[in-house]
Amino acid sequence: MLKALVRAPTHPRLPAKMLTTALESAHLSLGARMVPFAGWSMPVQYRGILDEAKTVREHAGLFDLGHMGRVKVYGPQAEAFLNRLQTNDAAAIKPGRIRYALLLDDDGLTQDDILLYRNPADSSDANGFFVVINAGNAKRDLERMNAIAKDFDVTVEDCTQSLGMIAIQGPKSQDITQQICSGDLASLGYYAWMNTEVCGVPMTLSRTGYTGEDGFEAYVPSGHEPKVWDAFLKAGEAHGLTAIGLGARDTLRHEAGMPLYGHEINETTNPLEANLSWAVKMNHDFVGKEALERVTAAGGTGRKLVGLITHSKRCPREGYPIASNGKTIGAVCSGSISPTLSKSGTPTNIATAYVETEFAAIGTELQFVVRDKAEPCIVTALPFYKRAR
Amino acid sequence: MRPDDLKFQKSHEWCRVEGETATIGISDYAVSHLNDLVFLDLPAVGATVTIGESFGEIESVKAVSSLYSPVTGEVIESNEELGDNLEWLSEEPFGKAWMVKVKISAAGPDLMDVAAYDSHCKAEG
Repeated sequence: MLKALVRAPTHPRLPAKMLTTALESAHLSLGARMVPFAGWSMPVQYRGILDEAKTVREHAGLFDLGHMGRVKVYGPQAEAFLNRLQTNDAAAIKPGRIRYALLLDDDGLTQDDILLYRNPADSSDANGFFVVINAGNAKRDLERMNAIAKDFDVTVEDCTQSLGMIAIQGPKSQDITQQICSGDLASLGYYAWMNTEVCGVPMTLSRTGYTGEDGFEAYVPSGHEPKVWDAFLKAGEAHGLTAIGLGARDTLRHEAGMPLYGHEINETTNPLEANLSWAVKMNHDFVGKEALERVTAAGGTGRKLVGLITHSKRCPREGYPIASNGKTIGAVCSGSISPTLSKSGTPTNIATAYVETEFAAIGTELQFVVRDKAEPCIVTALPFYKRAR
Repeated sequence: MRPDDLKFQKSHEWCRVEGETATIGISDYAVSHLNDLVFLDLPAVGATVTIGESFGEIESVKAVSSLYSPVTGEVIESNEELGDNLEWLSEEPFGKAWMVKVKISAAGPDLMDVAAYDSHCKAEG
């Protein structure tokens, strides 16, 4: 047992090359369990995943996201460069707005999913962009950006080390953040960002997140992360704010139907079968576009990403086969107990899986196979959880 | 303090050998690192377990982990109440949270005593 722990020694024996964020000692003093994640030492949990997930759904949680890749893109051809690089339409993003997008390879398969920010109008470089990429793909993404950048008058600047990243998520996020933020948060829309100050430190702050709750992500100039982290915790004390680890973050994003690279999407999936067509705009010439046109012309790939729900005692886990009447027709991408949906008293487990298209309709009764035993599950609409607005 | 009459595996199962019978469970270290336990799958009486092979599974919110047998033999008792009382694993990991009793036909070669296991846990953090 404890395979993951045996594979992943905790803090005192981290390999020498392990990267740490500026908040490492803050995590240790909060009693976090640190684990290697994409080359970084990161807090997987502080108190327990169920407790932490509940805190974010009911109050608010604070996340160190220092491991995520952060890249500035600027110069006369920044927009043209980005429209070659990724699937969404950079030209359609208004100043201060943000879009979700994908990086594809020539075969239309997914290399990463990203957030693409166009600088707010009051920025010193109002024509510049900002890109947030996954830690596990950062090296590959940057190599690809630099290769494509050779054909454009553009600068790609890796800011992962010069900017920290702290997120606050949960219904109390705005109340808490407004106490320490000079900007008017009520006027900041979803998937928008602004230049502001948080506890006197100039930074950018976006209304984004990866939990299905309202919240913000702050891009903190290097060196100020501990001060900003502490200011959030202090401002949030009366609102039930606590630090939240990557374990609960994964559960929360899964409930909210958000894909995680390496699970719902990876180098073998294309955006069409992953229900991400909305992030692909065919009006520009991005890498992988022709391959997607071929897939569409061929009538798709024959499989589709679906949500599954089960009240079985067993939980579908990554890699488990999905079957219909004894025949394997798919496999699980992510599976978890759903703390939020289980609240009503009925234990509820959720999963995402790729299944053959004919089995993808909502309400289709399928089985997941755990140790040669078939357990019932049912195709259900994504997301599993949607907050009341 | 872990009882000193137990032997341990690196993978955090414990084993108490009395005559031909081995009682098997998982350690307090394993329980504290798994936390948020939700499901336990144990073999039925009469099943055969084999050294180093999985005899069951324990599931937490995040992951399912295999339980590896420290001995080879036949299951003569299975703690059927434990699955509905997973909190016992936190309360008494070496007591009422035992998992199976096995009639030993071959014992494992390299089990640790409690002192060696304490150091092993410390090294893992």
